[in-house]
Amino acid sequence: MNLTLKVWRQQNPSDKGGFKEYKLSGISADMSFLEMLDVLNEDLSEKGEDPVHFDHDCREGICGMCSLYINGQPHGPTQTTTCQLHMRSFKDGDTITIEPWRANAFPIVKDLVVDRGSFDRIIQSGGYVSVNTGGVPDANEIPIPKIIADEAFDSATCIGCGACVAACKNASAMLFVSAKVSQLALLPQGKVEKRERAEKMVAQMDEEGFGACTNTGACSAECPKEIDLSNIARMNREYFAASLSTEKS
Amino acid sequence: MSWVSKTLNSTLGKKLLMALTGLFLILFLVVHLAGNLQLIFPDEGKSFNIYAETMATNPLIRVVSILNFGFILLHAVYAVILTRHNKKSRPIGYAVSKASENSTWSSRSMGILGTLIFIFLLVHLRGFWYELKFGEVPMVTYDGVSYKDSFAIVSAAYQNILYVIFYVVSMGVLAFHLSHGFASAFQTLGINHTKYTPFIKKLGLAFAIIVPALFALIPIVMFIQGS
Repeated sequence: MNLTLKVWRQQNPSDKGGFKEYKLSGISADMSFLEMLDVLNEDLSEKGEDPVHFDHDCREGICGMCSLYINGQPHGPTQTTTCQLHMRSFKDGDTITIEPWRANAFPIVKDLVVDRGSFDRIIQSGGYVSVNTGGVPDANEIPIPKIIADEAFDSATCIGCGACVAACKNASAMLFVSAKVSQLALLPQGKVEKRERAEKMVAQMDEEGFGACTNTGACSAECPKEIDLSNIARMNREYFAASLSTEKS
Repeated sequence: MSWVSKTLNSTLGKKLLMALTGLFLILFLVVHLAGNLQLIFPDEGKSFNIYAETMATNPLIRVVSILNFGFILLHAVYAVILTRHNKKSRPIGYAVSKASENSTWSSRSMGILGTLIFIFLLVHLRGFWYELKFGEVPMVTYDGVSYKDSFAIVSAAYQNILYVIFYVVSMGVLAFHLSHGFASAFQTLGINHTKYTPFIKKLGLAFAIIVPALFALIPIVMFIQGS
């Protein structure tokens, strides 16, 4: 395959940045999108140019590290992670525009690499279950209905890649935060702290400068893990219930 | 900050206000439509005129109408606040965007649709509400009681084809706004369940088609009757 790439190049966070065009030839349809970028970077390195910086880690679709806004969609045209996107999704002669996630809360580090530390800080604010020290509890001590366990697991499949924020016209993080609120609120171990958790995580989300939700559903439609919009409704319920019921601080 | 203002100032709280005021305005549309359909009753406006008089004098209706104005303004003001916040959340946009792949046009255009509805409301209130309240309205007598002939004002206004077209187009805009807004309000309130969400979505779509269509029918029928 022969391709034309239009890649966002930006030296550093304060650089204005701009698109640069690259021609690639001999790309196999069986390559993953990241392998195609590896080919580009090898070319650039051989020419003594600065390779294109992009995030990646496991390349198995489970770590949430890869990003890229490809031809107007996060993770490209298929509902998967960029590492699981293959070049057979494109045609010979295609022009592919590659942009970084665009959000105030995801500042660009370099080229296509963005800082998703805001997600970490949201998790730190309440996305956990407090565990007391002591004896190891029995694994089957608390019965959990299969249907609830499955629902919690569905929410927990969120890998925190940020495609929801990238897809949302408001750069809203509602789908991510709601998945994290849900996976714990559904289970008995997490239920104890669900009210405070919802309040703290929403407050942190707002502080990071993410947008509000218009319920367009773009986040869920682009989510590589197909996190459902019902999570956002659950977060709203938890948040409103929390603000009505938690003790005054 | 008190817990109330803290909640209402969060992004979720602002959306809650949008949803609650939106749902109130949806209820208002039903009442408004029910009253206005009397305009096309074949009784030369008698039932409409009596109804309009009741609406203008009943103290309970007065309170609700003030609330209604308040909620329209609140809905619009919060829309502006949220839109500004959302724009700030993505200062630099994408060069290429395929938003049509993941969301409906109406869901992405609520702001512009709402603005058009707001402009319609200004014209609408100037043409009817202001005219009936502060303008010169002819009187009409039914069974010895005299009423403002509101029907005559409306019927005269709808003889202008441009006015009729403006109304019909505005109702189309309202239809798109409702097609997203109705179901969206329930989602914001946290009402999402496999048992009833499909019903809410269908109801919302039916509402978005039927209510604006019936509203649009009134000026069309009155224009045809008058010409």
